[in-house]
Amino acid sequence: MYDFDVEMPTSVAEAVAALSQEDAQALGGGQTLIPTLKQRLASPSVLVSLNGIAEMKGVCIGEDGQLCVGGATSHAVVAKDAAAHFAGLAELASHIGDPAVRNRGTIGGSLANNDPSACYPAAALGSGATIVTNARSIAADDFFQGMFTTALDEGEIITEVRFPIPQAANYQKFLQPASRFALVGVFVAKFADGVRVAVTGASNDGVFRWTEAETALGSDFSAGAVDGLTVSGDDMISDLHGTGAYRAHLVGVMTKRAVAAAG
Amino acid sequence: MPKDGGIGASSKRREDVRFLTGAGNYTDDINIRGQAHVYFLRSDIAHGTITSINTSAAEAMPGVVKVFTGVDFEAVGGMPCGWQVTDRHGQPMQEPRHPILAHGKVRHVGEPIAAVVAETLEQARDAAEAIELDIAELPAVIDMKAAVSADAPKVHEDLTSNLCYDWGFVEENKAATEEAFAKASHVTTLELVNNRLVANPMEPRVAVGDYARGTDDSTLYTTSQNPHVIRLLMGAFVLGIPEHKLRVVAPDVGGGFGTKIFHYQEEAFCTFAAKACNRPVKWTSSRTEAFMSDAHGRDHVTRIELALDGDNNFTALRTETYANMGAYLSTFAPSVPTWLHGTLMAGNYKTPLIYVNVKAVFTNTVPVDAYRGAGRPEATFQLERVIDKAARELGVDPIALRRQNFVTEFPYATPVAVEYDTGDYVATMDKLEEMADLSGFDARRQASEAKGKWRGLGVNCYIEACGIAPSNLVGQLGARAGLYESATVRVNATGGLVVMTGSHSHGQGHETSFAQVVADMIGIDENMVEIVHGDTANAPMGMGTYGSRSLAVGGSAMVRATEKIIAKAKKIASHLLEASEGDIELKDGAFSVAGTDKSVAWGDVTLAAYVPHNYPLEEIEPGLEETAFYDPSNFTYPAGAYACEVEVDPDTGKVTIERFTAVDDFGNVVNPMIVTGQVHGGLAQGIGQALLENCAYDENGQLLSASYMDYAMPRADDLPMFGVDHSCQTPCTHNPLGVKGCGEAGAIGSPPSVVNAVVDALQSGGKDVTHIDMPLTPARVWAAMQ
Repeated sequence: MYDFDVEMPTSVAEAVAALSQEDAQALGGGQTLIPTLKQRLASPSVLVSLNGIAEMKGVCIGEDGQLCVGGATSHAVVAKDAAAHFAGLAELASHIGDPAVRNRGTIGGSLANNDPSACYPAAALGSGATIVTNARSIAADDFFQGMFTTALDEGEIITEVRFPIPQAANYQKFLQPASRFALVGVFVAKFADGVRVAVTGASNDGVFRWTEAETALGSDFSAGAVDGLTVSGDDMISDLHGTGAYRAHLVGVMTKRAVAAAG
Repeated sequence: MPKDGGIGASSKRREDVRFLTGAGNYTDDINIRGQAHVYFLRSDIAHGTITSINTSAAEAMPGVVKVFTGVDFEAVGGMPCGWQVTDRHGQPMQEPRHPILAHGKVRHVGEPIAAVVAETLEQARDAAEAIELDIAELPAVIDMKAAVSADAPKVHEDLTSNLCYDWGFVEENKAATEEAFAKASHVTTLELVNNRLVANPMEPRVAVGDYARGTDDSTLYTTSQNPHVIRLLMGAFVLGIPEHKLRVVAPDVGGGFGTKIFHYQEEAFCTFAAKACNRPVKWTSSRTEAFMSDAHGRDHVTRIELALDGDNNFTALRTETYANMGAYLSTFAPSVPTWLHGTLMAGNYKTPLIYVNVKAVFTNTVPVDAYRGAGRPEATFQLERVIDKAARELGVDPIALRRQNFVTEFPYATPVAVEYDTGDYVATMDKLEEMADLSGFDARRQASEAKGKWRGLGVNCYIEACGIAPSNLVGQLGARAGLYESATVRVNATGGLVVMTGSHSHGQGHETSFAQVVADMIGIDENMVEIVHGDTANAPMGMGTYGSRSLAVGGSAMVRATEKIIAKAKKIASHLLEASEGDIELKDGAFSVAGTDKSVAWGDVTLAAYVPHNYPLEEIEPGLEETAFYDPSNFTYPAGAYACEVEVDPDTGKVTIERFTAVDDFGNVVNPMIVTGQVHGGLAQGIGQALLENCAYDENGQLLSASYMDYAMPRADDLPMFGVDHSCQTPCTHNPLGVKGCGEAGAIGSPPSVVNAVVDALQSGGKDVTHIDMPLTPARVWAAMQ
């Protein structure tokens, strides 16, 4: 990797100030950024680590009853501390990567990176979460703007993610055989006022909502309700591990399985 | 009763203590005072002309010692090829020059173009980015059949085409084979791909070159399966260093699987640069470099046809294979699709006529060479797949069809030039049917169907030729090397022994199993025997470890040397016991006079050899050290029968292996635990090939699977608990241990049973699928179902 400086702020305000430097880059758990640096594909002047900011860590229930996860909270902590409140989210977190990844990687890092095969974007979009930054609150529906693209401005930090807690939810991930990222992952969440279905891994535009399935499941929350529904494979990722048509097929299969598992 | 020591005992692997506690000494652990580091600038273009290369800015960068390009190697030889194949028309193969650093052209992604030696690796890498390089891109040749078309761009302009050779075997059988096909009652045809693989040993390749200016001695530390072979090839053919001025050391090596047999440019570079820079020079491959510079494996495209008579007897077999050589000939590449493949096409069956045609092709890809099994997996896969397809077409039981055509009398001379000395294919199949509980399959299938899964059963046999090889025979076949093995047994005064073997252990456990053999022969504790390997400075000239040859050939050399030791020790004992030499018996580490209670201990004899006060100096020399070279009279022929049961998820195409049973006949077994472990590892690699692994290029020659994000290695949860048996033993008839070799069997024998099982599962689900090319990923299986 190229030379860079590292700063370890202890507050959000310090982090924001540090990130105002030219070519500064925020460092969450580093699960994408560090390999990128090792391959010399990025050359930041300074890495601003968010891991020393206590106010950005941990899981709690907010006054509005939502599950609040600090932006620098590791997947392992979410898997453990969210389990009693939002089992579907905790279960998803417990199957990201391997133990090393789960103990380093953070929810804020994953959402800010918006890898088209990452798990967390499906949970955030599928449960209608709010992404809270140092500057504003962004609805998940507005946050994800295509592969590796989000509504975040330069230097903006995800400080917290607020999840409405659904009546039932489940995430089903079909593994890409090599990386074990999601070849297709579907997060289904049932709320009193409707159902949300978010799909990761499949689309060239990154995570998306499958609205036809949401409508069908809204009136009949059963796997059978998805029968006959299809998504087009035209804009789906086509690579060594599966064609767009295969991914489109898996969207249906994984949605049914998520509904069945959510109960 | 299991033995607790010696031949047949499952002694714990003594080397594992250091491997598992971080006390191993791998090549990357070697750091020499004053050492510099090299970074190779590699081509990111598959095919192109180097129009300019300017290193002056790089040379001025901090820490740079020297920058090398292709012109620096004009005075030395290219990378040598160790096997010359003669084609169908009696002509030698086309053999291109293979430079250490690209000169004039680049021919595959990953080919080294320039090398920067600097104080640190990061400085070398910084400087490499400052090299000004222009490459005029040329059309890349990737597909083998397109590569041999008349208008294909040439990988090597100075060759007549991209065809390395067009090999026919046995050419004299061609007409008779065609006649048999014309008369056949049934012909089954199958076109298939044997997928390209990357070996991926846990330890990437490393080379450290060192040069002693005072004595003009060069030393190379390298991750090799055969340090003597590297010394000979690099010294004699590349750098022109006589062997007595060149030492090659392969210390602990973390897995080879064939890919560390070959002599690589980086080894020659580090040795050359150490002298040129007068400093030790070290290179450690990154995993990304490994994907694009380690020799790849397999990559055959085959059409196979099996002819049967009205009673379902195999009457003839013919194959046409395109074998990818990559951009250059790696050290033993030409031998793999020919002599290690065509000679095995008879399999376990008495097919009277066989004709094999192989077209070896140059493409703009990484060179391809031997990988665990090397030619034999390719032979086994196509043969066992076409038999299974034939059974389905004929509506007969695939096991019964195999049994009907088994070779049952030995020795058996195949129509493809080899003679199986011994075997019992009926016994291994009987054992398989029992162990795999094939009679319970229908009930298991019903249980799978009850949970919405399709269950399939696949069975196959395999045979391999190991213990390579009789030197005079392989010499006739084009090998530019002998294939004997050596051992020196040095007995110390106090009775301990050191065995210096030309075999090399890089995971096989030789330090344990070889010691068991010598200890058993003398009747002493295994801990009194130390196995030393991997250093040309202390072991006699050896040919190394590959082709499941170490115990059969290297072990035999060790037995012969130990026999010489025992013979001499008996002479000394007869003197000490004042008895006739013919009356001396060795048992449990003591020499005794037959029929008496007079005896002398092993340690007394060894002490006498080195402190020869009471010693027949006029008859025998003092000391107790012997060397033997062993050249085998034939190959060995391990064989077996494997069964795989899979479940296929009809919704996703995902295949899971539910049961896997491997029954092998390895002849005699020295350490059953190590043999079981070798089979486990081989099965993991064979199943990896069948379900997961695929080295893929796009049409421009870019490597699509250049990291573990896209190259799927088998993991523990991809595999079932294996059922492994090696109790069917027909000992090899021509080596002193009666052993055959076990290192590659699992990788050779497992892919066909996996594919056979998936086809069976899909057909049970009502899908008219007769073949799917490996790897059987969920996407491919699902696509086949549509």
